[in-house]
Amino acid sequence: MDKRLASVTEAVSGIPDGATVMIGGFGGSGAPIELIHALIDHGAKGLTVVNNNAGNGHVGLAALIEQGQVDKLICSFPRGPSSEVFTERYRAGTILLELVPQGTLAERIRAGGAGIPAFYTPTSYGTDLAKGKPVAEFDGRMYVQERWLKADFALIKAEAADPHGNLTYRMTARNFNPIMAMASKTTIAQVTEIVDLGGIDPEQVITPGIFVDHVVEVATPQQEEVLNRAEAVYP
Amino acid sequence: MTNIARIKLSNAQIAWRAAQDITDGAYVNLGIGFPEMVAQFQPEGRQAIFHSENGLLDFGPAPAAGEEDWDCINAGKKAVTIRPGSAIFHHADSFAMVRGRHLDVAILGAYEVAQSGDLANWSTGKDGIPAVGGAMDLVHGAKRVAVLTDHVTRKGAPKLVERCSLPLTGVGCVTRVYTSLAVVDIDAGRFVLREKLPEISVQDLQAVTGAQLYHEGPVADLIAPAL
Repeated sequence: MDKRLASVTEAVSGIPDGATVMIGGFGGSGAPIELIHALIDHGAKGLTVVNNNAGNGHVGLAALIEQGQVDKLICSFPRGPSSEVFTERYRAGTILLELVPQGTLAERIRAGGAGIPAFYTPTSYGTDLAKGKPVAEFDGRMYVQERWLKADFALIKAEAADPHGNLTYRMTARNFNPIMAMASKTTIAQVTEIVDLGGIDPEQVITPGIFVDHVVEVATPQQEEVLNRAEAVYP
Repeated sequence: MTNIARIKLSNAQIAWRAAQDITDGAYVNLGIGFPEMVAQFQPEGRQAIFHSENGLLDFGPAPAAGEEDWDCINAGKKAVTIRPGSAIFHHADSFAMVRGRHLDVAILGAYEVAQSGDLANWSTGKDGIPAVGGAMDLVHGAKRVAVLTDHVTRKGAPKLVERCSLPLTGVGCVTRVYTSLAVVDIDAGRFVLREKLPEISVQDLQAVTGAQLYHEGPVADLIAPAL
């Protein structure tokens, strides 16, 4: 078993038009910039993207939206210090938004990966974001039914991988990456370093390789915050 | 009529007052912006552990400019530092801590708070880009949900109201409100006045409050240090 691929180009080459793609990260932390840029080069269109945010500046997710490749965004917070690309498209009516509370988004993704089609949460009960959803009382408190969220592909960022796809993460760049790996049919991880089998202590593995299909090494990954301070534009 | 603009507490003083109620060892989530100031005013000898929604418990101060590591940020996407005792985890675990009532206190900002404990703090209902983040999770997540707010809006309208007019973040979730003029508990669908600035009378405070203020026994003086 060897899940290593030689390039980010090869890694995203199978993503078709119309795919649902989960993209890891919270802001720029944990965002797989090189995989997103490879997806821009690849050119798949009509995508539904799941991410906590809507990108900033003109790189990463914002650039993917700017290229017109995203028809729908499922996220919790599509506002940022420089999220103009999404704002313009949303105002123009050329991108759909499904707004989901952050914890509900995380749990829907986790449920998708865990084979649980729906669950009840107190979050959003009695608010506009619960409209049309079934509610139920448990032990005297009201809860809203939410459904799992699954994807065709996950593009995630991790720190180290071995050839089996076992992953570790660096600091708060972990965020949505481990749960998105679980919830997607095909999970592609860009990692700073691919090590030999045995190079990751089994007790330190955060995402077991069963949730990962491909790993590709990007030794010096770009950071959205740094790119945006330099006013970078992709492509 | 009291000139409330002249006597009211600053945001730092409101945050200071809220910090006095946080016990040693409490797990606390501070909302982005104004509530983050609460961390600066922990009383001597008490240590709270602060939770950040993006998967971090107990973090250190912001690094010096130019020394940011953008893999280490808080929920406001500001660079922070990790330190001995910090813990890092993924987003589903982070919100299990929230929703599972493992946090002791959540402190948020507000557009409006109703006497029922309903909170509106995520949408002005106008034509902006809707964004909710973790606010709807947090209001159901902690044993105590406190709000920090000016007592009135910039135009002078009450922010403590009978019923919220803006889109709700949560129903019946707030337990205490720290305002620029008073400390008010929400108890059985009523605002109960606990403390007020000594410079304002109960009558004048009632005049800038959009619902009946009840008091049970004496109302303590709200006195914050100059900050």
